Amino acid sequence: MDESGASGKGRRRFLKSVGALSASVPAAALGQQHSHGAAKGEKYMFLSAAEVAFLDAAVARLIPADELGPGAKEAGVAYFIDQQLFGGFGTMAKMYRQGPHAEGTPQQGYQSPLTPQEVYRAAIAEVDAGCVKQHGRPFAKLEAKQQDEVLRALDEGKFPLEAVPARFFFNLLLDNTIEGFFSDPIYGGNRDKIGWKLVGFPGVAAVYTQHIEKYGVPYDALPISIVDILEGKSVLDETGHPKHVLLVRKD
Amino acid sequence: MATKLKPVDVVVVGVGLAGSILAKELAEAGLSVVGLERGRWRDTDPDFAMPHAHDELRYVKRHELMQDLSRETLTFRNNAAETALPMRQLGSFRPGEGVGGAAVHWGGLTWRFLPWDFETRSRTLARYGKGQIADDCTSQDWGVSYDDLEPHFDRFEHLYGISGRAGNLKGKIIPGGNPHEGPRSRDYPNPPLKTSYAGSLFKQAAEKMGYKPFPSPSGAVSQPYTNEYGSTINGCVYCGYCQFFGCEMGAKASPQTAVLPNLMKQKKFELRTLANVVKVNLDSAKKRAVSVTYIDSRGREFEQPAEMVLLTSYVFNNARLMLISGIGKPYDPIANTGVVGRNYAYQTPSSVTLFFEDKVFNQFMAAGGMGVTIDEFNGDNFDHSGLGFIGGGFFQAATSGSRPIEVRPVPRGTPRWGAEWKHAVAKYFNRSFGIAIQGACQSYRGNYLDLDPTYRDAYGLPLLRMTFDRHENEHKMSTWLTHKAAELAKAIGPSKINVTPRTEKYTIVPYQSTHNTGGVAMGGDPATSAVNKYLQSWDVPNVFVVGASAFPQNGGYNPTGTVGALTFHALAAIKNRYLKRAGPLA
Repeated sequence: MDESGASGKGRRRFLKSVGALSASVPAAALGQQHSHGAAKGEKYMFLSAAEVAFLDAAVARLIPADELGPGAKEAGVAYFIDQQLFGGFGTMAKMYRQGPHAEGTPQQGYQSPLTPQEVYRAAIAEVDAGCVKQHGRPFAKLEAKQQDEVLRALDEGKFPLEAVPARFFFNLLLDNTIEGFFSDPIYGGNRDKIGWKLVGFPGVAAVYTQHIEKYGVPYDALPISIVDILEGKSVLDETGHPKHVLLVRKD
Repeated sequence: MATKLKPVDVVVVGVGLAGSILAKELAEAGLSVVGLERGRWRDTDPDFAMPHAHDELRYVKRHELMQDLSRETLTFRNNAAETALPMRQLGSFRPGEGVGGAAVHWGGLTWRFLPWDFETRSRTLARYGKGQIADDCTSQDWGVSYDDLEPHFDRFEHLYGISGRAGNLKGKIIPGGNPHEGPRSRDYPNPPLKTSYAGSLFKQAAEKMGYKPFPSPSGAVSQPYTNEYGSTINGCVYCGYCQFFGCEMGAKASPQTAVLPNLMKQKKFELRTLANVVKVNLDSAKKRAVSVTYIDSRGREFEQPAEMVLLTSYVFNNARLMLISGIGKPYDPIANTGVVGRNYAYQTPSSVTLFFEDKVFNQFMAAGGMGVTIDEFNGDNFDHSGLGFIGGGFFQAATSGSRPIEVRPVPRGTPRWGAEWKHAVAKYFNRSFGIAIQGACQSYRGNYLDLDPTYRDAYGLPLLRMTFDRHENEHKMSTWLTHKAAELAKAIGPSKINVTPRTEKYTIVPYQSTHNTGGVAMGGDPATSAVNKYLQSWDVPNVFVVGASAFPQNGGYNPTGTVGALTFHALAAIKNRYLKRAGPLA
């Protein structure tokens, strides 16, 4: 497992020796979820296998697995993005789509005639083509350091894209990655509540009236999701809020 | 061809905060009232039921309760030299859609604007002289004073069960409240919400610096409360899913909890949802509204005749319907004439975020509008001599709900992604809080609303066009206020702080606040206001336009309390005077 602060030679050597980042993550850090591919019951609806490979690789760099625990790939963010792209978000159901279209100023926001669905399809193909041209391999097959360089170039607008400005695609990808890492698992991401466990967010709230004035006292609850409640896995109080199970602290 | 319907006494366009109150009161007074609402019916059960109520993606990022831009949006540009382009997705502000309007997903802060706010121009001139106000600033007096509005603030706070602590009861300063507020006739109807850890630290530091911190007044109601309409608002359970959400407990004051149970029993009231008003029709002399035209969910066009038309939708639709219907002269920024669309303003929010190594705050336990505030730097509560700006804003240690998709602060300099970012988010999600500064925004000649020449809505009508940027006054104010707040933040003892004044060009992209104001400004002079001091159109006196659209400029507060007060103020004028003798009230 690479250390969070470790970059450069040590990590590169290690990655080379094991071949893939996911294989380097200890089982304990991953929890119970599958280390690659879709979890059981997850059927992709929009993304192609190559697009899934791209997204798995990209989100694993945006929110990497490390000693703190699993990252966005393990959280199922690629599957989350697939589900979002296939639905109202991906097709701009609640957004204004009429023309004429112009690029506008940064202050004027989203002006692309493309839907998020179309943006992902076009941009992933372009990034992969660029990687093949430069490195001989698509993004998913690059080493982590090269992947970071590509992502940084997108972030800084230096990776030329035709369909949309590079930063526009990068911001969309980063935004959706964070959404997929921290949203309720009902959307297919945040698998095993990985994101919530990382930051100590309890998910669906309990009644906090008796806790809110306990100043400075950590609230170490096992996070509860909407899915947990729908599946009857959480005890509810008379108001319909879950009763959180608090972890006992040894320190 | 429109189907002409049976005439009614009053048609209310938009059944949100203002519309629900006016409809209830006028129906009870014996008038036949029809409420037309472009969105659907929504209520605590089932719309905000557990467990789906606690879904951050759905409500905060996918805007479940907010305006569907595929049917109608607005266009935006920073200045008249640019070409306005449509707001294709929600960003800077999030107007509501459906019964209850934005008062379903509002955050709960319920302020009275300061006495100074209602007399911004005259009091500034009197204290500092002409040089204090920029030449192109069109901020003006409201035509009403704080004292005129006090009974209406009081009534609204009691209707909505606001939780808070008085600071000035009939001129007597009450310890623990806001000593800068205008005198109030009664205390808040409910005690303040509990105080969070963040709030308690802010309070201690503020007191040490000689400020007078007080609990923020909130529509998250601190205990079960039954109001004058017989509606019961439940007690808040501090779940932290408040702003941008509907309340599963029925504990947030809203039309749903405070007004609709009564309104829907009114025999003289009829609600029509999914009814989108596209025009107010005038008589041939353009002096009287005779009906409104609306399109229903099947695309059928109806004409609803009425004796009186109340425009009570969000700021933008109030202004747009005035412009489309030809009520009042549209504002011309070049000639500086006309009134409709004039004095559009917004808010100038900024923040200081505090990071700690050893303290946890559990900011996910929270209530809308919960916090501790100081008001020393709002309005004209401090001497502006030599500062080069007017106005101010309150500082609040807010505990209004930290959920990780949207609220995950990291110290400045942290990368946006990667391992370092992940470490910072993991460390500081629960070891940080923010001081929010609710900066005011003045009005200017170049900031206005009109009809877009190019873009259309789903009905083929022109979109509203917003031309807006904050000016030097706002940037100077925000810098000064935010650095004042940073001094206070440092006294709390964080390991790091992010100081983020608002000094950039206005952008419609990141969320700032749903505190859009003006466009149908009120005032005492028909040359500079679209409605008189009773919110009655100067030109078409059987049309009243009620909402934050009437603010001639925005104060350093959230607008809802003042919108509530203006609603009761307009109601009093309609009930006590207009119904006895229809015609111009001013």
